[in-house]
Amino acid sequence: MSRVVVSGLQVALSSSKADVVTDANFTIGSGEIVGLVGESGSGKTTVATAMLGHTRKGAEIVKGSVTIDGLDILSLSAGALRSARGRVISYVPQDPAAALDPCMTIGRHLREAVKAHESTAGVDWNARLAELLRDAGLDDIDGLLDRYPHELSGGQRQRVCIAMAFACKPACVVLDEPTTGLDVTTQSHILDSVRRLAREHDVAMLYVTHDLAVVEDLADRLIVMYAGRIVEQGPVRNVFHNSAHPYSRALMATTPDVRARLQLQPIPGVAPLVGHRPSGCAFADRCTQAADRCREEIPAQVTVGVGHEAACWFAADVSTERSPLTVRSELVFANDVPILEAEEIRAGYKGREVVHGTSLSIGRGECLALVGESGSGKSTLARSLIGLSDQVTGRLRLNGEEVPLGIRERSLSQRHALQYVFQSPRSSLNPRRTIFESIEAPLLIAPKPTAAVRRERVFEALEQVGLGPSFGPRFPDQLSGGERQRVGIARALVCEPEVLICDEITSALDVSVQASIIELLEGLQREHGLSVLFITHNLALVRTIAHRVIVLKAGHVVEEGSTAETLEHPSHEYTQTLIRDTPSIVAPLTSDS
Amino acid sequence: MTSAESGLSERMDSISIPVEGSPRRRVVPWWVRRIGGGILTLFAVSILIFLATQVLPGDAAKSILGRDATPEKLEILRAELGLNRPALEQYLDWSRNFVTGDFGMSLVNDRSVEELLVPRAMNTIALALCAILIALPLSILLGSISAIRRDGPLDQGISVTSLTFNALPEFVIGLGLVVIFATGVMKIFPAVSIFPPEESAFSNPMALVLPALSLVLAISPYIIRLVRASLIDALDSEYVLTARLRGIPERRILVNHALRNSMVPVVHGTALILAYLAGGIVVIEYVFRFPGLGGLLLEAVSARDLPLIQATALFLAAVYVVVNLLADLLVVRLTPRLRGVGA
Amino acid sequence: MTSAQANSHAEQRPRSAWSVTWRTALHQPRTRVGLALSGFVVGLALLGPLFSSGDPNEFIGAPFIGPTGQALLGTDFLGQDVMQRLLHGGRTLLWMSLTATILGVLIGLAIGMISGYTGRRVEGSLMWFMDVILAFPQIVLAIVFVSMLGPLPWLIVLVVALTHIPRVARLTRSLTADCVRQEYIEAAKTIATPRSRILIREVLPNLTTPLAVETTIRLAWSVSIIAALSFIGYGVQPPFPDWGLMINENRIGLVVQPWSVLAPVVLVAMLAVGVSLVGDGIARAASGVDERVSQ
Repeated sequence: MSRVVVSGLQVALSSSKADVVTDANFTIGSGEIVGLVGESGSGKTTVATAMLGHTRKGAEIVKGSVTIDGLDILSLSAGALRSARGRVISYVPQDPAAALDPCMTIGRHLREAVKAHESTAGVDWNARLAELLRDAGLDDIDGLLDRYPHELSGGQRQRVCIAMAFACKPACVVLDEPTTGLDVTTQSHILDSVRRLAREHDVAMLYVTHDLAVVEDLADRLIVMYAGRIVEQGPVRNVFHNSAHPYSRALMATTPDVRARLQLQPIPGVAPLVGHRPSGCAFADRCTQAADRCREEIPAQVTVGVGHEAACWFAADVSTERSPLTVRSELVFANDVPILEAEEIRAGYKGREVVHGTSLSIGRGECLALVGESGSGKSTLARSLIGLSDQVTGRLRLNGEEVPLGIRERSLSQRHALQYVFQSPRSSLNPRRTIFESIEAPLLIAPKPTAAVRRERVFEALEQVGLGPSFGPRFPDQLSGGERQRVGIARALVCEPEVLICDEITSALDVSVQASIIELLEGLQREHGLSVLFITHNLALVRTIAHRVIVLKAGHVVEEGSTAETLEHPSHEYTQTLIRDTPSIVAPLTSDS
Repeated sequence: MTSAESGLSERMDSISIPVEGSPRRRVVPWWVRRIGGGILTLFAVSILIFLATQVLPGDAAKSILGRDATPEKLEILRAELGLNRPALEQYLDWSRNFVTGDFGMSLVNDRSVEELLVPRAMNTIALALCAILIALPLSILLGSISAIRRDGPLDQGISVTSLTFNALPEFVIGLGLVVIFATGVMKIFPAVSIFPPEESAFSNPMALVLPALSLVLAISPYIIRLVRASLIDALDSEYVLTARLRGIPERRILVNHALRNSMVPVVHGTALILAYLAGGIVVIEYVFRFPGLGGLLLEAVSARDLPLIQATALFLAAVYVVVNLLADLLVVRLTPRLRGVGA
Repeated sequence: MTSAQANSHAEQRPRSAWSVTWRTALHQPRTRVGLALSGFVVGLALLGPLFSSGDPNEFIGAPFIGPTGQALLGTDFLGQDVMQRLLHGGRTLLWMSLTATILGVLIGLAIGMISGYTGRRVEGSLMWFMDVILAFPQIVLAIVFVSMLGPLPWLIVLVVALTHIPRVARLTRSLTADCVRQEYIEAAKTIATPRSRILIREVLPNLTTPLAVETTIRLAWSVSIIAALSFIGYGVQPPFPDWGLMINENRIGLVVQPWSVLAPVVLVAMLAVGVSLVGDGIARAASGVDERVSQ
């Protein structure tokens, strides 16, 4: 008998009655970890919080039941619900920094979590709290209980949240993307703890994530959501190797992997937003298999294996196809002529040196990946190359010609030759300027071309990134995250650069949107011979896109070499740890050689 | 966002937060620097007052004597005040006197400035304390209710009422109260609060009521809006949401989490509002002829009593600087993050 | 690969955020009430003298007579026509408040933007000077200056503007600092956009809405302070008609002839409250707009 049964769950917007989540049905057994996977807008976070009877402002649970050990959470009164939260079912949030009260010590947080549901008479707090900390893997830190949240690292904060979630031994724990923002090694340790806790306490666990690789290693069963519905669910291995829904397959094909250089296949089109979902299958417009029936009727769940079902009219056929993952040959870089050379760069800020004497060079048409965790100095290095740092020494050469380190001392052609694309789609475009104005801005620095020439170049840049002139008069808030990143790239392209520095440009994007940006970047490299310095913390992306890779740790280069060689046979211990801690989808792959 | 709220984030920036791993060790504790800054500000304020009153008017003696000016009187006055000396020398003398407690002699009355200042200052402090002790708890209560019952009829009512009172000039409020309670509808309280300055305000409580009430009505709206905004911020925050999802009772959340975190902007905003209070006091004391510091300043100004003007203005400014300093200290006490990185 | 279909959620009209905010603000009842109140008073103050039928300083009867057919609001403490004085008495207050506000806001904006852009310690001495000004309640500073230098209108305007400057500068400084942290400012820097251009083209458009709200707040303050100054006797001097002055002059006759006091009081109050309501309406509209935008 399953410990947790979710049946017919439907969540809708209060104002427009548009569905956010429709007809969700699944179960979780005792000690089982179920992964819930989907991209933004799929409704996965809504399902996660709805299991505790909570929706965000403006949405409400229309119908359905969440039954845990026989108790239906959604039918409880307010007082009973409050009692059930934390005791029967608990929640680990995505952002631990925001989730902890900055004015309360860790000890008080933990005590409060326990006091909410248990009587405090005669409690030996020392023992109780020590037990909680040990469970969450925090027992080796002195004085932790008296510290404030801002004094802890990201990983420690998340463990505190996990400790609070398990404090009252609930039957079910929901984890909402708990390792977002943590570096890969911390993530892997936390996943170990989570796995152990689920088994030890016989807890039914729901793990929400957008990262397929993480879930493949951690979960027993997998649920895939798209546009508010569950499109496939089943045992993890089955869903990966014999996926029965075109979306699951497509999603897998957009996921890069660190163990092999995969061909990323972006999914054409965009997921329909809440309120604009069609009457038939929501994926039909983007599906290669779509037939008329798909657009007219919502597909029923088809069983394709033991405990494995998918909502597709063609599920049975789809699941027998080969895996969609295609391996490409590794990238090798042949050209010896460097276009950008940096020597002994030392950079920092506020009086501190962060980058200690690193050198790198990029050839024409090459993609060099700069890899490091947060705090490694990779962003500082990138900014010093583009001239934004005011605390930098070293030498920089472009096409053999010496380039001043400060941006204001560079000539116009030098500034145009080296361009930068920023990370955050939210803040990289001025919300008060139109797309046209944002892209045009670099051309307005004297000597500026005529208005007609500028117009032509802006439109050309928009075409190159796959948007069109129709995007010109729009404002950033009218665009999706992926579109905004394309605009950021267009702004860089309008200068006709030779080297593009991309600073974590896909980190804030969904994996399928990321795939389309990567495809765009590879196309630009092919067509224009563009060189790229690709900064990222994601080793899987490195494998896919880069010719060579440099690994940065605490401001020093610890390893560099061709991508394939470095990732297959890393020589430095740090690189080895990184690769080992990076989750990967282990599946039979087809090679396109 | 009121300017009080925005001023808060400004203030938070100016309290230097030790940068983690910064090689320059903070040898001087931040609060020493903060107090030092306050003292410097006071000095600058004194320079400003000095400039405005003794230097700028050109011939200060003539301004003071006005129509009474005859060449002999001008000379005597100039000698007495030392107006013939270079400005810098005058300032140094003046500030040295001030620091040692010698505020000089009133030019109009035959007493020392100190004698005149102190009892009036006591009265004003009494008035201000009354106003604050009523306004603060009342506003926090109303602001909290507004925030908890957000967008409900109570909130709308409080919001519109406080907006109206916020916008009204203080003398309008004062006059309004006079009309209602003293002269027009109900003749309960005295329309003017005249009592001999030697008596303390507390021995004439009836005289305190209307002025204090005017001040309460004048400053409460600011605090109400501030409390409402910061409490809403706290209630909408992630940590309150996750506390709810942990099943923590709502009352506990309100008291332990939301109120605690929202007090910081309120403390700061209150300090800013006290400056406004000082200005309001001048006007209200005038309306009610209350024998306080504000009234003293106005009398001194109309009589061109230079030392008295300087002392009173400086005193008012000093109070503001001290109150702000205390607010900064309190804010850091309330905010663990600003206390510095743990060992 | 355009996503025209998916963009159905975003209407394709090109519009600036300011016009959206303004339109939303107008929908709110408080904005409309505020505009009506302040509009009426401004109109009266500006056009009053045109409608006036006589000399406001003329004695038309005994002091403190109630409303008659000839003098609609009665006479004041000297026997002058209250209505006539009312019609003439707003212009000074209006031009002085507006000038002080605009001056204070513009200078405060410039200082705030420059200091917010260049970072903390650079404009330290300037900010510190501002702290000094802030140490005074606005009205006390005005009294101190005016008492020694005389109740000259331009002096009052300057001093009131001076007291606005640090308050506006604080706001714009923190707004600018927030704005400058955004990546699009860094993008502008990577092509070596001149500082002035960044401030005007990139930063300023993001400040317009909070600045509009702040201007209404400052204007309400200006009206308040300048009317209070006249009330205390340091503004417009008798025998000129001025609402603040009238309130003080006629105070003693409050019981006998309330109109002589209440009429100017109501007008000053309406102006201050009206302007505040408009500002509050804009502020609410802006936060509503921001919420929608950040979806």
